Amino acid sequence: MFKAKNIAAVALLAAVYTAIKILRLTGIFGSYHEITIAQICINMLLACSLNLITGFAGQFSLGHAGFMSIGAYACALIIIRFPSVYGFMLGLIAGSLASAVVGLAIGIPTLRLSGDYLAIATLGMAEIIKVVFFNLKITNGAAGLMNIPRLMNWEWMFCLTAGSVALINNFINSRHGRACMSIREDEIASQSVGIDIALYKIAAFAIGAFFAGISGGMYAAYFYVLKPGIFGLLKSIDILVIVVLGGLGSISGSIIGAALLTLISALLQDFASLRMIIYALMLIAIMMFRPQGLLGTNEISFALFTRALKRESAK
Amino acid sequence: MLELKSLNVHYGVIHVLKDVSLTVGRGQIVTLIGANGAGKTTALRTISGIKAPSSGSIILDGQDITKIPAPKRVVLGLSQVPEGRRIFASMSVYENLELGAYLRKDTKAVKSDIQDVFARFPILGKRQKQPAGTLSGGEQQMLAIGRALMLKPKILLLDEPSMGLAPILVNEIFDIIKNINEQGTTVLLVEQNASKALAIADIGYVLETGTIVLSGTGAELAASDDVKKAYLGG
Ligand SMILES: Nc1ncnc2c1ncn2[C@@H]1O[C@H](COP(=O)(O)OP(=O)(O)OP(=O)(O)O)[C@@H](O)[C@H]1O
Ligand SMILES: [Mg+2]
Repeated sequence: MFKAKNIAAVALLAAVYTAIKILRLTGIFGSYHEITIAQICINMLLACSLNLITGFAGQFSLGHAGFMSIGAYACALIIIRFPSVYGFMLGLIAGSLASAVVGLAIGIPTLRLSGDYLAIATLGMAEIIKVVFFNLKITNGAAGLMNIPRLMNWEWMFCLTAGSVALINNFINSRHGRACMSIREDEIASQSVGIDIALYKIAAFAIGAFFAGISGGMYAAYFYVLKPGIFGLLKSIDILVIVVLGGLGSISGSIIGAALLTLISALLQDFASLRMIIYALMLIAIMMFRPQGLLGTNEISFALFTRALKRESAK
Repeated sequence: MLELKSLNVHYGVIHVLKDVSLTVGRGQIVTLIGANGAGKTTALRTISGIKAPSSGSIILDGQDITKIPAPKRVVLGLSQVPEGRRIFASMSVYENLELGAYLRKDTKAVKSDIQDVFARFPILGKRQKQPAGTLSGGEQQMLAIGRALMLKPKILLLDEPSMGLAPILVNEIFDIIKNINEQGTTVLLVEQNASKALAIADIGYVLETGTIVLSGTGAELAASDDVKKAYLGG
Protein backbone atom coordinates (compact mmCIF):
# COMPACT_ATOMS: atom_id res chain seq x y z
CA MET A 1 0.00 0.00 0.00
CA PHE A 2 2.65 2.49 1.12
CA LYS A 3 4.98 1.22 -1.57
CA ALA A 4 2.34 1.62 -4.28
CA LYS A 5 1.76 5.17 -3.08
CA ASN A 6 5.46 6.00 -3.23
CA ILE A 7 5.88 4.50 -6.68
CA ALA A 8 2.89 6.47 -7.92
CA ALA A 9 4.32 9.68 -6.49
CA VAL A 10 7.72 9.11 -8.08
CA ALA A 11 6.08 8.22 -11.41
CA LEU A 12 4.02 11.40 -11.28
CA LEU A 13 7.07 13.51 -10.50
CA ALA A 14 9.04 11.90 -13.32
CA ALA A 15 6.16 12.54 -15.73
CA VAL A 16 5.89 16.20 -14.76
CA TYR A 17 9.65 16.62 -14.97
CA THR A 18 9.84 15.00 -18.41
CA ALA A 19 6.91 17.04 -19.68
CA ILE A 20 8.52 20.30 -18.60
CA LYS A 21 11.85 19.20 -20.02
CA ILE A 22 10.31 18.41 -23.42
CA LEU A 23 8.37 21.67 -23.50
CA ARG A 24 11.53 23.54 -22.61
CA LEU A 25 13.72 21.74 -25.18
CA THR A 26 11.21 22.23 -27.97
CA GLY A 27 11.09 25.90 -27.10
CA ILE A 28 7.37 25.89 -26.29
CA PHE A 29 8.37 26.98 -22.80
CA GLY A 30 10.58 30.05 -22.91
CA SER A 31 12.58 31.59 -20.10
CA TYR A 32 9.44 33.39 -18.95
CA HIS A 33 7.76 30.05 -18.32
CA GLU A 34 10.84 28.77 -16.62
CA ILE A 35 10.74 31.65 -14.16
CA THR A 36 7.14 30.76 -13.35
CA ILE A 37 8.16 27.17 -12.70
CA ALA A 38 10.90 28.36 -10.36
CA GLN A 39 8.41 30.55 -8.51
CA ILE A 40 6.02 27.63 -8.18
CA CYS A 41 8.77 25.47 -6.67
CA ILE A 42 9.71 28.14 -4.15
CA ASN A 43 6.10 28.81 -3.17
CA MET A 44 5.34 25.09 -2.85
CA LEU A 45 8.15 24.57 -0.41
CA LEU A 46 7.22 27.70 1.52
CA ALA A 47 3.57 26.63 1.69
CA CYS A 48 4.32 23.06 2.75
CA SER A 49 6.70 24.21 5.47
CA LEU A 50 4.24 26.81 6.77
CA ASN A 51 1.49 24.20 6.65
CA LEU A 52 3.56 22.05 8.99
CA ILE A 53 3.64 24.90 11.52
CA THR A 54 0.14 26.32 11.07
CA GLY A 55 -1.94 23.57 9.48
CA PHE A 56 -0.57 20.54 11.29
CA ALA A 57 0.78 21.80 14.61
CA GLY A 58 -1.84 24.56 14.78
CA GLN A 59 0.61 27.42 15.51
CA PHE A 60 -0.52 30.52 13.66
CA SER A 61 2.49 32.23 12.08
CA LEU A 62 2.74 35.48 10.15
CA GLY A 63 6.51 35.45 9.92
CA HIS A 64 7.33 32.83 7.35
CA ALA A 65 8.99 35.28 4.96
CA GLY A 66 11.40 36.10 7.78
CA PHE A 67 12.62 32.51 7.91
CA MET A 68 12.91 32.52 4.14
CA SER A 69 15.01 35.68 4.17
CA ILE A 70 17.54 34.18 6.58
CA GLY A 71 18.08 31.23 4.25
CA ALA A 72 18.28 33.56 1.27
CA TYR A 73 20.83 35.99 2.71
CA ALA A 74 22.98 33.29 4.30
CA CYS A 75 23.12 31.34 1.05
CA ALA A 76 23.77 34.46 -1.02
CA LEU A 77 26.63 35.65 1.20
CA ILE A 78 28.28 32.25 0.96
CA ILE A 79 27.93 31.73 -2.79
CA ILE A 80 29.20 35.23 -3.54
CA ARG A 81 32.43 34.08 -1.92
CA PHE A 82 32.34 30.48 -3.19
CA PRO A 83 30.57 30.55 -6.55
CA SER A 84 30.41 26.82 -7.15
CA VAL A 85 28.01 23.93 -6.67
CA TYR A 86 29.78 23.09 -3.42
CA GLY A 87 29.45 26.67 -2.30
CA PHE A 88 25.76 26.49 -3.06
CA MET A 89 25.32 23.29 -1.05
CA LEU A 90 27.22 24.86 1.82
CA GLY A 91 25.06 27.98 1.55
CA LEU A 92 21.87 25.97 1.47
CA ILE A 93 22.83 23.99 4.55
CA ALA A 94 24.10 27.04 6.46
CA GLY A 95 21.05 29.08 5.51
CA SER A 96 18.50 26.45 6.46
CA LEU A 97 20.27 25.70 9.74
CA ALA A 98 20.47 29.40 10.60
CA SER A 99 16.78 29.69 9.83
CA ALA A 100 16.00 26.65 12.01
CA VAL A 101 17.94 28.20 14.89
CA VAL A 102 15.87 31.38 14.58
CA GLY A 103 12.80 29.11 14.46
CA LEU A 104 13.89 27.68 17.80
CA ALA A 105 14.54 31.15 19.12
CA ILE A 106 11.01 32.24 18.23
CA GLY A 107 9.41 28.93 19.22
CA ILE A 108 10.68 28.89 22.79
CA PRO A 109 9.67 32.35 24.07
CA THR A 110 6.30 32.22 22.30
CA LEU A 111 5.35 28.79 23.67
CA ARG A 112 2.65 30.19 25.89
CA LEU A 113 1.10 32.27 23.15
CA SER A 114 -1.55 31.09 20.79
CA GLY A 115 -3.85 32.45 18.10
CA ASP A 116 -3.72 36.20 17.53
CA TYR A 117 -0.93 36.80 20.02
CA LEU A 118 1.31 34.26 18.36
CA ALA A 119 0.55 35.79 14.96
CA ILE A 120 1.61 39.21 16.24
CA ALA A 121 4.77 37.81 17.85
CA THR A 122 5.84 36.01 14.67
CA LEU A 123 5.05 39.10 12.61
CA GLY A 124 7.23 41.12 14.95
CA MET A 125 10.03 38.61 14.60
CA ALA A 126 9.94 38.82 10.81
CA GLU A 127 9.97 42.62 10.95
CA ILE A 128 13.00 42.56 13.24
CA ILE A 129 14.82 40.27 10.83
CA LYS A 130 13.96 42.63 7.99
CA VAL A 131 15.26 45.64 9.91
CA VAL A 132 18.48 43.79 10.66
CA PHE A 133 19.04 43.08 6.97
CA PHE A 134 18.21 46.70 6.18
CA ASN A 135 20.95 47.90 8.48
CA LEU A 136 23.72 45.36 8.19
CA LYS A 137 26.73 46.38 6.14
CA ILE A 138 27.42 42.88 4.92
CA THR A 139 23.93 42.59 3.38
CA ASN A 140 24.31 46.04 1.75
CA GLY A 141 21.26 47.51 3.49
CA ALA A 142 18.26 48.66 1.53
CA ALA A 143 20.07 48.43 -1.81
CA GLY A 144 20.48 44.72 -1.19
CA LEU A 145 22.73 42.14 -2.75
CA MET A 146 23.19 42.10 -6.49
CA ASN A 147 25.03 39.84 -8.87
CA ILE A 148 24.64 36.78 -6.73
CA PRO A 149 26.03 33.89 -8.80
CA ARG A 150 23.14 32.23 -10.57
CA LEU A 151 23.78 28.63 -9.59
CA MET A 152 20.21 27.34 -9.76
CA ASN A 153 18.30 26.13 -12.76
CA TRP A 154 14.77 24.82 -12.80
CA GLU A 155 15.93 21.17 -12.82
CA TRP A 156 17.80 21.65 -9.54
CA MET A 157 14.88 23.45 -8.02
CA PHE A 158 12.44 20.80 -9.07
CA CYS A 159 14.50 18.08 -7.41
CA LEU A 160 15.22 20.09 -4.26
CA THR A 161 11.58 20.97 -3.86
CA ALA A 162 10.39 17.41 -4.45
CA GLY A 163 12.92 16.05 -1.98
CA SER A 164 12.10 18.63 0.68
CA VAL A 165 8.35 18.17 0.36
CA ALA A 166 8.83 14.40 0.58
CA LEU A 167 10.76 14.86 3.84
CA ILE A 168 8.05 17.13 5.26
CA ASN A 169 5.44 14.60 4.22
CA ASN A 170 7.35 11.78 5.91
CA PHE A 171 7.57 13.75 9.11
CA ILE A 172 3.85 14.44 9.04
CA ASN A 173 3.01 10.77 8.53
CA SER A 174 5.28 9.66 11.33
CA ARG A 175 4.45 9.25 14.98
CA HIS A 176 5.89 12.72 15.52
CA GLY A 177 3.60 14.18 12.91
CA ARG A 178 0.62 12.67 14.68
CA ALA A 179 1.82 14.24 17.89
CA CYS A 180 1.93 17.66 16.18
CA MET A 181 -1.60 17.21 14.86
CA SER A 182 -2.88 16.19 18.27
CA ILE A 183 -1.67 19.55 19.62
CA ARG A 184 -3.74 21.33 16.98
CA GLU A 185 -6.75 19.27 18.03
CA ASP A 186 -6.50 19.62 21.79
CA GLU A 187 -3.53 20.52 23.95
CA ILE A 188 -4.95 19.18 27.20
CA ALA A 189 -5.82 15.82 25.67
CA SER A 190 -2.35 15.64 24.10
CA GLN A 191 -0.74 16.18 27.47
CA SER A 192 -2.95 13.52 29.00
CA VAL A 193 -1.58 10.86 26.65
CA GLY A 194 1.98 11.87 27.39
CA ILE A 195 2.79 14.08 24.40
CA ASP A 196 5.39 16.73 25.19
CA ILE A 197 3.50 19.64 23.67
CA ALA A 198 6.26 22.18 24.26
CA LEU A 199 8.78 19.98 22.45
CA TYR A 200 6.55 19.46 19.43
CA LYS A 201 5.53 23.09 19.10
CA ILE A 202 9.19 24.10 19.06
CA ALA A 203 10.06 21.25 16.70
CA ALA A 204 7.33 22.32 14.27
CA PHE A 205 8.70 25.88 14.22
CA ALA A 206 12.29 24.70 13.78
CA ILE A 207 11.51 22.23 10.99
CA GLY A 208 9.18 24.65 9.20
CA ALA A 209 11.84 27.36 9.43
CA PHE A 210 14.50 24.95 8.16
CA PHE A 211 12.61 24.29 4.93
CA ALA A 212 11.67 27.95 4.51
CA GLY A 213 15.41 28.55 4.70
CA ILE A 214 15.99 26.09 1.86
CA SER A 215 13.44 27.86 -0.30
CA GLY A 216 15.18 31.14 0.51
CA GLY A 217 18.49 29.70 -0.64
CA MET A 218 16.90 28.54 -3.89
CA TYR A 219 15.44 31.99 -4.39
CA ALA A 220 18.78 33.74 -3.90
CA ALA A 221 20.63 31.45 -6.29
CA TYR A 222 17.97 31.67 -9.00
CA PHE A 223 16.83 35.28 -8.94
CA TYR A 224 20.33 36.59 -8.04
CA VAL A 225 19.05 39.81 -6.44
CA LEU A 226 18.03 40.18 -2.79
CA LYS A 227 16.44 43.17 -1.09
CA PRO A 228 15.06 43.13 2.46
CA GLY A 229 11.74 44.48 1.15
CA ILE A 230 11.01 41.26 -0.72
CA PHE A 231 10.56 39.46 2.59
CA GLY A 232 7.97 41.68 4.21
CA LEU A 233 4.56 41.02 5.66
CA LEU A 234 3.03 40.80 2.18
CA LYS A 235 5.19 37.81 1.32
CA SER A 236 4.24 36.08 4.58
CA ILE A 237 0.58 36.70 3.83
CA ASP A 238 1.00 35.38 0.29
CA ILE A 239 2.31 32.11 1.70
CA LEU A 240 -0.43 31.93 4.31
CA VAL A 241 -3.05 32.49 1.61
CA ILE A 242 -1.70 29.53 -0.37
CA VAL A 243 -1.84 27.33 2.73
CA VAL A 244 -5.36 28.36 3.70
CA LEU A 245 -6.59 28.12 0.15
CA GLY A 246 -5.13 24.64 -0.37
CA GLY A 247 -6.36 23.46 3.00
CA LEU A 248 -4.81 23.77 6.46
CA GLY A 249 -3.49 20.32 7.22
CA SER A 250 -3.18 19.07 3.65
CA ILE A 251 0.19 18.80 1.91
CA SER A 252 -1.43 18.03 -1.44
CA GLY A 253 -3.55 21.12 -0.87
CA SER A 254 -0.46 23.27 -0.42
CA ILE A 255 1.12 21.81 -3.56
CA ILE A 256 -1.96 22.46 -5.67
CA GLY A 257 -2.58 25.83 -4.04
CA ALA A 258 0.98 26.99 -4.72
CA ALA A 259 0.82 25.90 -8.37
CA LEU A 260 -2.59 27.47 -8.90
CA LEU A 261 -2.01 30.82 -7.24
CA THR A 262 1.45 31.29 -8.74
CA LEU A 263 0.10 30.52 -12.20
CA ILE A 264 -2.83 32.85 -11.80
CA SER A 265 -0.70 35.71 -10.61
CA ALA A 266 1.72 35.07 -13.51
CA LEU A 267 -1.15 35.06 -16.01
CA LEU A 268 -2.52 38.29 -14.61
CA GLN A 269 0.88 39.97 -14.80
CA ASP A 270 -0.11 41.85 -17.97
CA PHE A 271 -3.17 43.36 -16.35
CA ALA A 272 -1.30 44.90 -13.44
CA SER A 273 -4.12 47.12 -12.27
CA LEU A 274 -6.79 44.45 -12.54
CA ARG A 275 -4.57 41.78 -11.11
CA MET A 276 -5.02 42.47 -7.42
CA ILE A 277 -8.75 42.88 -7.80
CA ILE A 278 -9.27 39.63 -9.69
CA TYR A 279 -6.94 37.83 -7.31
CA ALA A 280 -8.80 39.12 -4.26
CA LEU A 281 -12.23 38.37 -5.70
CA MET A 282 -11.15 34.85 -6.50
CA LEU A 283 -9.89 34.30 -2.95
CA ILE A 284 -13.13 35.60 -1.49
CA ALA A 285 -15.13 33.31 -3.75
CA ILE A 286 -13.09 30.24 -2.83
CA MET A 287 -13.35 31.00 0.87
CA MET A 288 -17.10 31.43 0.57
CA PHE A 289 -17.69 28.16 -1.24
CA ARG A 290 -14.90 26.11 0.31
CA PRO A 291 -14.10 27.65 3.70
CA GLN A 292 -12.01 24.60 4.63
CA GLY A 293 -9.75 25.20 1.61
CA LEU A 294 -9.68 23.33 -1.66
CA LEU A 295 -8.76 20.01 -0.07
CA GLY A 296 -9.76 20.55 3.55
CA THR A 297 -7.51 18.26 5.58
CA ASN A 298 -7.65 15.55 2.91
CA GLU A 299 -4.71 14.27 0.95
CA ILE A 300 -4.95 13.17 -2.64
CA SER A 301 -4.67 9.41 -2.67
CA PHE A 302 -5.93 6.34 -4.46
CA ALA A 303 -8.51 5.86 -1.73
CA LEU A 304 -9.95 9.29 -2.54
CA PHE A 305 -10.25 8.39 -6.23
CA THR A 306 -11.82 5.00 -5.61
CA ARG A 307 -14.29 6.58 -3.21
CA ALA A 308 -15.19 9.20 -5.82
CA LEU A 309 -15.60 6.48 -8.44
CA LYS A 310 -17.88 4.48 -6.17
CA ARG A 311 -19.98 7.54 -5.54
CA GLU A 312 -20.25 8.10 -9.29
CA SER A 313 -21.26 4.52 -10.02
CA ALA A 314 -23.81 4.60 -7.20
CA LYS A 315 -25.65 7.43 -8.91
CA MET B 1 0.20 3.79 45.92
CA LEU B 2 -0.41 7.51 45.35
CA GLU B 3 0.00 10.00 48.13
CA LEU B 4 -0.34 13.78 48.27
CA LYS B 5 1.48 15.39 51.20
CA SER B 6 0.32 18.86 52.27
CA LEU B 7 0.07 20.16 48.74
CA ASN B 8 -0.31 23.91 48.22
CA VAL B 9 -1.13 25.25 44.79
CA HIS B 10 -1.45 28.86 43.66
CA TYR B 11 -2.69 30.48 40.48
CA GLY B 12 -0.85 33.78 40.78
CA VAL B 13 -1.97 35.14 44.11
CA ILE B 14 -5.02 32.86 44.35
CA HIS B 15 -4.39 30.08 46.85
CA VAL B 16 -6.36 27.23 45.25
CA LEU B 17 -5.24 24.14 47.19
CA LYS B 18 -4.42 24.51 50.88
CA ASP B 19 -2.44 21.77 52.60
CA VAL B 20 -4.19 19.00 50.72
CA SER B 21 -3.17 15.48 51.79
CA LEU B 22 -4.75 12.31 50.54
CA THR B 23 -3.88 8.68 49.97
CA VAL B 24 -4.98 6.31 47.25
CA GLY B 25 -4.29 2.64 48.07
CA ARG B 26 -3.51 0.01 45.46
CA GLY B 27 -6.64 -1.41 43.88
CA GLN B 28 -8.95 1.16 45.46
CA ILE B 29 -11.42 3.61 44.03
CA VAL B 30 -10.90 6.90 45.82
CA THR B 31 -13.19 9.82 45.11
CA LEU B 32 -12.63 13.51 45.60
CA ILE B 33 -15.91 15.39 45.74
CA GLY B 34 -16.62 19.09 46.02
CA ALA B 35 -18.60 21.96 44.57
CA ASN B 36 -17.72 24.08 41.54
CA GLY B 37 -14.42 25.84 41.99
CA ALA B 38 -13.37 23.78 45.01
CA GLY B 39 -10.09 22.91 43.32
CA LYS B 40 -10.73 19.34 42.15
CA THR B 41 -9.43 19.83 38.61
CA THR B 42 -6.47 21.71 40.00
CA ALA B 43 -5.66 18.72 42.21
CA LEU B 44 -5.67 16.37 39.21
CA ARG B 45 -3.64 18.78 37.09
CA THR B 46 -1.07 18.94 39.87
CA ILE B 47 -0.94 15.16 40.17
CA SER B 48 -0.41 14.75 36.44
CA GLY B 49 2.26 17.44 36.39
CA ILE B 50 0.56 20.07 34.25
CA LYS B 51 0.46 22.49 37.19
CA ALA B 52 3.38 22.81 39.60
CA PRO B 53 2.61 23.01 43.34
CA SER B 54 4.15 25.80 45.41
CA SER B 55 4.87 23.36 48.24
CA GLY B 56 4.19 19.80 49.30
CA SER B 57 4.96 16.55 47.54
CA ILE B 58 3.42 13.83 45.40
CA ILE B 59 4.54 10.25 46.00
CA LEU B 60 3.85 7.43 43.54
CA ASP B 61 4.82 3.92 44.62
CA GLY B 62 7.29 5.33 47.13
CA GLN B 63 8.94 7.61 44.54
CA ASP B 64 8.74 11.38 44.90
CA ILE B 65 7.42 12.54 41.52
CA THR B 66 6.81 16.20 42.43
CA LYS B 67 9.59 17.42 40.12
CA ILE B 68 9.06 14.94 37.28
CA PRO B 69 7.65 16.56 34.10
CA ALA B 70 4.16 15.63 32.93
CA PRO B 71 5.01 13.34 29.97
CA LYS B 72 7.33 11.26 32.18
CA ARG B 73 4.59 10.80 34.75
CA VAL B 74 2.42 9.22 32.09
CA VAL B 75 5.22 6.70 31.51
CA LEU B 76 5.20 5.95 35.23
CA GLY B 77 1.56 4.88 34.99
CA LEU B 78 -0.48 8.00 35.76
CA SER B 79 -3.12 8.48 33.13
CA GLN B 80 -5.68 11.24 33.12
CA VAL B 81 -9.12 11.53 31.55
CA PRO B 82 -9.40 15.34 31.42
CA GLU B 83 -12.49 17.29 32.33
CA GLY B 84 -15.00 17.86 29.56
CA ARG B 85 -14.25 14.96 27.19
CA ARG B 86 -11.15 16.22 25.51
CA ILE B 87 -10.95 14.11 22.40
CA PHE B 88 -9.15 14.71 19.09
CA ALA B 89 -12.28 15.81 17.28
CA SER B 90 -11.26 15.68 13.63
CA MET B 91 -9.39 12.39 13.96
CA SER B 92 -11.17 9.06 13.75
CA VAL B 93 -12.09 7.02 16.82
CA TYR B 94 -9.39 4.54 15.89
CA GLU B 95 -6.75 7.27 15.54
CA ASN B 96 -7.75 8.65 18.94
CA LEU B 97 -7.02 5.27 20.50
CA GLU B 98 -3.74 4.99 18.59
CA LEU B 99 -2.70 8.36 19.99
CA GLY B 100 -3.59 7.07 23.45
CA ALA B 101 -0.80 4.54 22.90
CA TYR B 102 1.54 7.26 21.63
CA LEU B 103 4.16 6.42 24.26
CA ARG B 104 4.13 2.69 23.57
CA LYS B 105 6.48 1.00 21.12
CA ASP B 106 4.81 -2.45 21.01
CA THR B 107 2.75 -1.87 17.88
CA LYS B 108 1.24 -5.35 17.76
CA ALA B 109 0.05 -5.29 21.36
CA VAL B 110 -1.42 -1.82 20.72
CA LYS B 111 -3.58 -3.23 17.94
CA SER B 112 -4.95 -5.95 20.17
CA ASP B 113 -5.50 -3.47 23.01
CA ILE B 114 -7.56 -1.32 20.67
CA GLN B 115 -9.70 -4.39 20.03
CA ASP B 116 -10.02 -4.82 23.81
CA VAL B 117 -11.33 -1.26 24.06
CA PHE B 118 -13.85 -2.08 21.32
CA ALA B 119 -14.88 -5.18 23.28
CA ARG B 120 -15.47 -3.01 26.33
CA PHE B 121 -17.23 -0.28 24.35
CA PRO B 122 -18.88 -1.98 21.35
CA ILE B 123 -20.30 1.33 20.12
CA LEU B 124 -16.76 2.66 19.65
CA GLY B 125 -15.98 -0.37 17.48
CA LYS B 126 -18.94 0.45 15.30
CA ARG B 127 -17.85 4.06 14.98
CA GLN B 128 -14.12 3.44 14.63
CA LYS B 129 -13.70 5.19 11.26
CA GLN B 130 -15.89 8.14 12.16
CA PRO B 131 -14.37 11.49 13.23
CA ALA B 132 -14.49 11.53 17.02
CA GLY B 133 -16.16 14.94 17.02
CA THR B 134 -19.31 13.39 15.55
CA LEU B 135 -19.80 11.04 18.52
CA SER B 136 -22.49 11.74 21.11
CA GLY B 137 -21.44 13.11 24.48
CA GLY B 138 -21.56 9.72 26.17
CA GLU B 139 -19.63 8.06 23.37
CA GLN B 140 -16.99 10.77 23.58
CA GLN B 141 -16.61 10.13 27.29
CA MET B 142 -16.21 6.42 26.58
CA LEU B 143 -13.59 7.25 23.98
CA ALA B 144 -11.71 9.46 26.43
CA ILE B 145 -11.72 6.63 28.97
CA GLY B 146 -10.74 4.07 26.34
CA ARG B 147 -7.90 6.30 25.19
CA ALA B 148 -6.57 6.58 28.75
CA LEU B 149 -6.75 2.78 29.13
CA MET B 150 -4.51 2.36 26.07
CA LEU B 151 -1.60 3.29 28.34
CA LYS B 152 -2.42 0.45 30.74
CA PRO B 153 -2.15 2.90 33.62
CA LYS B 154 -1.44 1.86 37.18
CA ILE B 155 -3.74 4.61 38.29
CA LEU B 156 -6.50 6.23 36.29
CA LEU B 157 -7.40 9.83 37.11
CA LEU B 158 -10.93 10.74 36.06
CA ASP B 159 -12.19 14.32 36.09
CA GLU B 160 -15.99 14.48 36.31
CA PRO B 161 -16.73 11.69 33.84
CA SER B 162 -20.47 12.03 34.41
CA MET B 163 -20.62 15.74 33.60
CA GLY B 164 -23.40 16.62 31.19
CA LEU B 165 -24.61 13.06 30.62
CA ALA B 166 -28.17 11.70 30.75
CA PRO B 167 -28.99 9.71 33.93
CA ILE B 168 -28.90 6.33 32.16
CA LEU B 169 -25.49 7.11 30.74
CA VAL B 170 -24.27 8.30 34.12
CA ASN B 171 -25.08 4.90 35.57
CA GLU B 172 -23.37 3.22 32.65
CA ILE B 173 -20.21 5.28 33.09
CA PHE B 174 -20.06 4.49 36.81
CA ASP B 175 -20.52 0.79 36.05
CA ILE B 176 -17.66 1.01 33.61
CA ILE B 177 -15.41 2.68 36.18
CA LYS B 178 -16.24 0.00 38.73
CA ASN B 179 -15.52 -2.66 36.16
CA ILE B 180 -12.16 -1.15 35.18
CA ASN B 181 -11.25 -1.04 38.85
CA GLU B 182 -12.24 -4.68 39.40
CA GLN B 183 -9.89 -5.65 36.61
CA GLY B 184 -6.99 -4.22 38.59
CA THR B 185 -6.67 -0.49 37.84
CA THR B 186 -6.55 1.89 40.78
CA VAL B 187 -8.90 4.85 40.29
CA LEU B 188 -8.93 8.42 41.56
CA LEU B 189 -12.33 9.83 40.67
CA VAL B 190 -13.18 13.51 40.85
CA GLU B 191 -16.92 14.12 40.89
CA GLN B 192 -19.71 16.52 41.66
CA ASN B 193 -22.20 13.68 41.55
CA ALA B 194 -21.45 12.77 45.17
CA SER B 195 -24.03 10.03 45.70
CA LYS B 196 -22.97 7.99 42.69
CA ALA B 197 -19.28 8.53 43.35
CA LEU B 198 -19.50 7.59 47.04
CA ALA B 199 -21.53 4.50 46.16
CA ILE B 200 -18.66 2.95 44.22
CA ALA B 201 -15.75 4.43 46.19
CA ASP B 202 -13.72 2.71 48.89
CA ILE B 203 -12.55 6.04 50.29
CA GLY B 204 -13.88 9.56 49.78
CA TYR B 205 -12.52 13.04 50.44
CA VAL B 206 -14.55 16.22 50.50
CA LEU B 207 -12.85 19.33 49.16
CA GLU B 208 -14.22 22.75 50.07
CA THR B 209 -12.56 25.88 48.63
CA GLY B 210 -9.20 24.18 48.54
CA THR B 211 -9.26 22.42 51.88
CA ILE B 212 -10.11 18.79 52.65
CA VAL B 213 -12.86 19.09 55.23
CA LEU B 214 -13.97 15.49 55.56
CA SER B 215 -12.77 12.01 54.68
CA GLY B 216 -13.86 8.46 55.32
CA THR B 217 -15.09 5.35 53.58
CA GLY B 218 -17.61 5.85 50.83
CA ALA B 219 -20.40 4.50 53.03
CA GLU B 220 -19.45 6.68 56.01
CA LEU B 221 -19.44 9.84 53.94
CA ALA B 222 -22.71 8.95 52.22
CA ALA B 223 -24.27 8.62 55.68
CA SER B 224 -22.71 11.79 57.10
CA ASP B 225 -25.10 14.66 57.78
CA ASP B 226 -22.69 17.32 56.54
CA VAL B 227 -22.26 15.58 53.20
CA LYS B 228 -25.96 14.91 52.89
CA LYS B 229 -26.76 18.55 53.46
CA ALA B 230 -24.13 19.96 51.17
CA TYR B 231 -23.95 17.47 48.34
CA LEU B 232 -26.76 14.96 48.44
CA GLY B 233 -29.66 17.37 48.60
CA GLY B 234 -30.85 16.29 52.04
N1 LIG C 1 -5.67 28.74 35.01
C1 LIG C 1 -6.21 29.35 36.09
N2 LIG C 1 -5.89 30.62 36.40
C2 LIG C 1 -6.40 31.22 37.47
N3 LIG C 1 -7.29 30.67 38.31
C3 LIG C 1 -7.67 29.40 38.07
C4 LIG C 1 -7.16 28.68 36.94
N4 LIG C 1 -7.71 27.45 36.94
C5 LIG C 1 -8.53 27.42 38.00
N5 LIG C 1 -8.51 28.58 38.69
C6 LIG C 1 -9.26 28.89 39.90
O1 LIG C 1 -8.98 27.90 40.85
C7 LIG C 1 -10.15 27.53 41.55
C8 LIG C 1 -10.34 26.03 41.46
O2 LIG C 1 -10.59 25.65 40.11
P1 LIG C 1 -10.79 24.14 39.69
O3 LIG C 1 -10.93 24.13 38.22
O4 LIG C 1 -9.72 23.32 40.28
O5 LIG C 1 -12.17 23.80 40.37
P2 LIG C 1 -13.05 22.48 40.27
O6 LIG C 1 -13.22 22.00 41.65
O7 LIG C 1 -12.49 21.54 39.30
O8 LIG C 1 -14.43 23.05 39.74
P3 LIG C 1 -15.50 22.41 38.73
O9 LIG C 1 -16.27 21.42 39.52
O10 LIG C 1 -16.34 23.56 38.33
O11 LIG C 1 -14.74 21.80 37.61
C9 LIG C 1 -11.29 28.32 40.92
O12 LIG C 1 -11.56 29.40 41.77
C10 LIG C 1 -10.74 28.82 39.63
O13 LIG C 1 -11.26 30.07 39.29
MG1 LIG D 1 -13.13 20.81 37.51
